[in-house]
Amino acid sequence: MAQQILNGVFVGSIYALFAVGYTLVFGVLDILNLAHAAVFMLSAFAALALTEHGLSIWIAMPLGILAGGVIGIVLERLAFRPLRGRSDSNISGLISSLAVATVFEAIALQLFGPDISRFPQGTFPDRTIAIGGASASLLQLCIVGISVALMAVLTFLLARTRLGRRIRAVAESPRAARILGVDVDKVIALAFFISSALGGAAGILFGLAFNSISPDVGRSVELKGLAVIILGGMGSVPGAVIAGFALGLIEVFTVAHVGSSYRDAISFAVLFIVLIARPRGLLGRAAAREA
Amino acid sequence: MTLVLANVSRSFGGVRAVDDATFAVESGEVHGLIGPNGAGKTTLLNLISGLIPPTGGTIELEGRRIDRLPPYRIAALGVARTYQNIRLFGGLSAADNVVVGRHLKRRAAPFWRRLLMLPSARREEVRAREAAEAGLARVGMRERARSQAYGLSYGEQRRVEIARALAAEPKLVLLDEPTAGMNPNEAAAVARLVREVAGEGRAVLLIEHNVRLVMEVCDRITVLNFGKVIARGTPAEVANDPAVIAAYLGDGA
Amino acid sequence: MDLLLAYEGLIAFVGINGLLALSIYATLSCGQLSLANAGFMAIGAYTGALITLHAPAVPFIVVLLAAALAPSLVAVPLGLPVLRLRGVFLAIATVGFGEVVRLVFVNWDFTNGALGLVAIPQRTHVWTIYLALAVALYVLGRLRGSRAGYALEAIREDETAARTMGIQSTAYKLSMLVLGAALAGLAGALEAHFTFIVSPAGYGFGRVVDMLVQAVVGGAAVFYGPVIGAAFLTVLPEVLRELGARLGLSPGPFRLFLNGVILLAVILYLPSGLASLPQRFRRRAA
Repeated sequence: MAQQILNGVFVGSIYALFAVGYTLVFGVLDILNLAHAAVFMLSAFAALALTEHGLSIWIAMPLGILAGGVIGIVLERLAFRPLRGRSDSNISGLISSLAVATVFEAIALQLFGPDISRFPQGTFPDRTIAIGGASASLLQLCIVGISVALMAVLTFLLARTRLGRRIRAVAESPRAARILGVDVDKVIALAFFISSALGGAAGILFGLAFNSISPDVGRSVELKGLAVIILGGMGSVPGAVIAGFALGLIEVFTVAHVGSSYRDAISFAVLFIVLIARPRGLLGRAAAREA
Repeated sequence: MTLVLANVSRSFGGVRAVDDATFAVESGEVHGLIGPNGAGKTTLLNLISGLIPPTGGTIELEGRRIDRLPPYRIAALGVARTYQNIRLFGGLSAADNVVVGRHLKRRAAPFWRRLLMLPSARREEVRAREAAEAGLARVGMRERARSQAYGLSYGEQRRVEIARALAAEPKLVLLDEPTAGMNPNEAAAVARLVREVAGEGRAVLLIEHNVRLVMEVCDRITVLNFGKVIARGTPAEVANDPAVIAAYLGDGA
Repeated sequence: MDLLLAYEGLIAFVGINGLLALSIYATLSCGQLSLANAGFMAIGAYTGALITLHAPAVPFIVVLLAAALAPSLVAVPLGLPVLRLRGVFLAIATVGFGEVVRLVFVNWDFTNGALGLVAIPQRTHVWTIYLALAVALYVLGRLRGSRAGYALEAIREDETAARTMGIQSTAYKLSMLVLGAALAGLAGALEAHFTFIVSPAGYGFGRVVDMLVQAVVGGAAVFYGPVIGAAFLTVLPEVLRELGARLGLSPGPFRLFLNGVILLAVILYLPSGLASLPQRFRRRAA
């Protein structure tokens, strides 16, 4: 039981980290960024390539996260900025982000091949620690720790800093924010930087956790991430955190008590039921239904 | 035909946009709905057309409760409208907009007939198109029939929207500031059209800011302020009502 | 004739993908982005394959009708709640539905789980596919300009305004979801009886993304646009395979890369898709 909770928290922390960035962009732009999972994958590959060149993971990881952020800015320029102001921007933005995701995936396929890549041996010290009746590897604990720390930084950033206030203002109403003198384009670009850096961090941690990275590694997380941000309420960062951990726990218990083949079905069932029964999610503000 | 509103209220999060409104609109009558900005006029139109339900009171059309019906059912009972912030189908031509407005009049056009390319389907389509062009002619827009709606000027769009509402041959027409943004000539043409429509036995409920036009066109007027009916009567009665004068001058209420 | 034989597979897939792109177009034509179609396709493919495998005497036309009908019946209870969701939320809910369908087939012993059904007799011919495509195009083409067609356009442009014109938008949206489900199911069964196999892996998120991309690249503003997009994106990689090899790029990434670039270019610079190109040239010439 304790072991299951621990495992659930571990998986959930990665889901949550992935989903906070996902939901941040949705909150700001009202657009679903389907390239988020591709950034997740590219960052993981970036960190992997750096460690393969002999860098310590403690240097490769921040650089990989930074790479994720920079990719996010490129993504925004390519797929979202040109569509701003178009009446169908929430559907066309979904499609353009899909297009960029496809390009990213093609680049990764060309550079790293379709097979599973692994971090070099000894990237992370292999040690197991006992907690209560359960045991966890040092790696797992670090992953949970890093995820929680990054989410705490994001929460602080949104709540307490000038940038955070500006992001919230743009999310509320881009027009009003512009009138108040906010450089909306810059704020959106920064939101993408933050979102993608977090997505990238999730990708690196995921790659470390399962020690397997492939160009399609983002696919499964992408759909899980959707379930998380729907459950948490589209656009709600705290909602995504709670829902991420919840989904991790639900999955682990499903595997233990129902069967591993139903693990993925659970997240979609959750997604589906939440959308129909409570479209706002746990803490959402966006109205999913027509007025 | 009568539209009867009895003690109708609508609140938005504690704010009473419409507060205990009671009045009636008769067939063949142009009924003005006036009041300062934010008085709840458009909310009232949204309540009548079923876009939002009232939080209190009843709305009846020809003795039948309509306040819980979805918009398309209310439309089917003979209510058509225009919008303050013009809601034409922008990607469609002016004529196509009016053809859509005839949706309810085209019940005799089931899809299977068209699928089988029956001549009856073809004839019905020609009739619908001719009716749409006649409707556009009525608002002086015949020569722009093929133009895309969002390429039209503001005044032209308003006129197409009126033609679209009339295309359903409604018993009750709700017009939300139909002359806003129009030049005096256009506005006068709309005023004439409104009288003509009432002359056909239809009821018209008209929201209008142009006071002179309201006084000329309306048979009766209801005045709203802060969601409440503060006066009603003929144009002359309303114009001399101290409560109305106070509301418009901003002291009182 | 030789050409037809040499490229039979390619020609068949142009037709099947055309049907699938039309199935997405059905809902897009009234402004709804529904991504349930890989799920509908799976239901159709399994229905058709199971009938053929268990009751080989049933005529193929009946098999195909059943394959179209089964997902349509599922579309009704699915559509009633989800069609109330706006824009992106509808897309997400339907993606969820598609994944649930796929996972049901993965976990279902009767359909042989993740391995799927194999050795399905070939009953689909190229002409069968193109007959189905022709029927679908005819129905969607006749819809344009009809009373129902106008209603769909009105819903796409402004659903609220359409409703106040007496248009029962939910019924129209549901009808198009059902039509899309039928087309996807039909395409699924045609494919199953052409490739001899059905397996859950063929009906994942990637499949519905392909359909959407083809519909959008071709142009979802006119009924034949999605078929153009499907043909273009199905044939292009074959044409370019050699070019990619000459450039020293492996075919997989190159195809993917081109798909992405084309999709991005279309959505940014040609929002009405390839089908709007002739009109553009004419306007420029005039």
